[in-house]
Amino acid sequence: MSVPELAQSGVPQRASHHVPLRVRLKQRGLDGVTLLVLPGVFVVLALFVYPFLYGLLLSFAPKEGGWLKNYAAFFADPFLYGTIFTTLLIAVPATLVNVLVSIPVALRVRLMYRQRLLTTILVIPITLGTVLVAEGLLTYLGPRGWLNRVLIGIGLIDHPVLLIHNYWGVFLSLVITGFPFTFLLTLSYVTGIDPSLEQAGAMLGARARERFWRVLLPLLVPGLTITLALSFVQAFSVFPSAVLLGAPSGPTRVISIAAYQAAFEQYDYSMASAIAMIMAACQVVIVVLLLAARGLFYKGPASTGKG
Amino acid sequence: MRRDSGLAARLWAICIWTLVGFFVINLAAMIASVVVNSFGTRWFATWLPSGYTGRWYALAWNEFQLPAILIVTVEVVGAVVLLSGLIGVPAAYAMARRDFPGKRAVLLLFLLPLLVPPITYGIPLATVLYQAGFAGNISGVIMANLVPTIPFVVLIMIPFVEQIDPRVEAAARVFGAGITRLFVTVLVPLLMPGVLAALMLVLVRTIAMFELTFLTAGPTSQTLVVALYYAVFAAGVRPGQSVDAMAVVYMVTTMAALLVALRFVNPTQIVTRGKR
Repeated sequence: MSVPELAQSGVPQRASHHVPLRVRLKQRGLDGVTLLVLPGVFVVLALFVYPFLYGLLLSFAPKEGGWLKNYAAFFADPFLYGTIFTTLLIAVPATLVNVLVSIPVALRVRLMYRQRLLTTILVIPITLGTVLVAEGLLTYLGPRGWLNRVLIGIGLIDHPVLLIHNYWGVFLSLVITGFPFTFLLTLSYVTGIDPSLEQAGAMLGARARERFWRVLLPLLVPGLTITLALSFVQAFSVFPSAVLLGAPSGPTRVISIAAYQAAFEQYDYSMASAIAMIMAACQVVIVVLLLAARGLFYKGPASTGKG
Repeated sequence: MRRDSGLAARLWAICIWTLVGFFVINLAAMIASVVVNSFGTRWFATWLPSGYTGRWYALAWNEFQLPAILIVTVEVVGAVVLLSGLIGVPAAYAMARRDFPGKRAVLLLFLLPLLVPPITYGIPLATVLYQAGFAGNISGVIMANLVPTIPFVVLIMIPFVEQIDPRVEAAARVFGAGITRLFVTVLVPLLMPGVLAALMLVLVRTIAMFELTFLTAGPTSQTLVVALYYAVFAAGVRPGQSVDAMAVVYMVTTMAALLVALRFVNPTQIVTRGKR
């Protein structure tokens, strides 16, 4: 039995100034076991927090000019600041499509008895990752690919539609890897809602549509906010598919490409850090806006009293 | 609960299943077109290639130096899995068992690398690793990959540790087991299912982790996914079929890891970061 537990179980304790430091620390939860957390904390501090702070400082120390030179240069050059809008133009529609489709599908799949087959199939594109999906879509969506053949075969189009090396290639790759992600997240939130709440709604005479709008959706809002935030942040940091499937010098020159080029083609690490910080700031702004919007909706438990 | 059985409800259900079916069919066709192309001889204006051959694999095996890349991949993934287990599991144990000042801050510290996308923190991280001389060789790749995996292991393992009754440990302590003995003979066997699940997820994620490896790898420290990226990027240089052969090798590796992983974890866990 450890010392804090002894203290709780009513064994009389001496006044703290007589107690050795070791025991006092242990009472506050600091002992040998607590030290086990240190290696993990050290790695995250050294390889995540320190580089981030270093990058932040580096972004204010440009190769030449004043301390804000990098940021001024970014927002003065349409080739650079335009990447924010380019990225938003890809990330926002892709996120909305993924989340809006995920909700009805998750609500339907929740009623299935054997979900595992479907969830296993859907986890495949996430596991394969964006690079493989990009290569697959290059073959599949290309002018001689199966999709165009089918569309021509059923007479929907006369000439192959261009779906690669433009906006649509990147958009579709974000749907292929993004939809399973949002769907599986949404499903985990949907299954967390106690079915008896919906049953109560049904018993009181609410039809399916009303049950969705007045019972399920308000309970889903917290989870949906997190889903929206996570999938937006992922879509906003799209990189390999924007290079491989898109037009990386034009319509799909996303912000991560700008950061990569600054770092590894111009070797201007200061500018690259500035762009990475701007990218992080954009993501933080959107996530904060989403969380603020979430505050406008219902807050409360999604389970009933007796857990 | 009685389901709505009106015509509108039926149509709605059919609509949704069609959508799911459409997605799954496209996904399957995408994967199949890569596999078919990698075995095809010539494939122009037809549904299927005119003949089949295995020579693209031989070409990819030699041209992309696949043996070297596979060895690097195994080394990186093995080291990342081992290190994140050795560092992450004890940290999760401390987080689950002790209530110390600043615990919430530590939890936030472990959450952040999972929420911030790799490309965002990868660029400053690569800068630091290049200046310290780690990036460009395999040690830098391993260090960069540890950033998301250690927090991932910690967050998955915390609930597993909490499930174990502290009295089991107390009993071991009473019989004189030290902290090392406690870990090796009591905790590790009890935690094994959780440890395996967490490490399997780390395995799958590290094989597919593109951004961090891409930003820190040098010519001799590329993993399979980065080599695949360069192969696709320079697609004009080599025949498309041999790039697809490379893609199939990558796909088989990832799917093998996924199959093993799915014996220990639920598919949804790959997405929901240990939330159960």
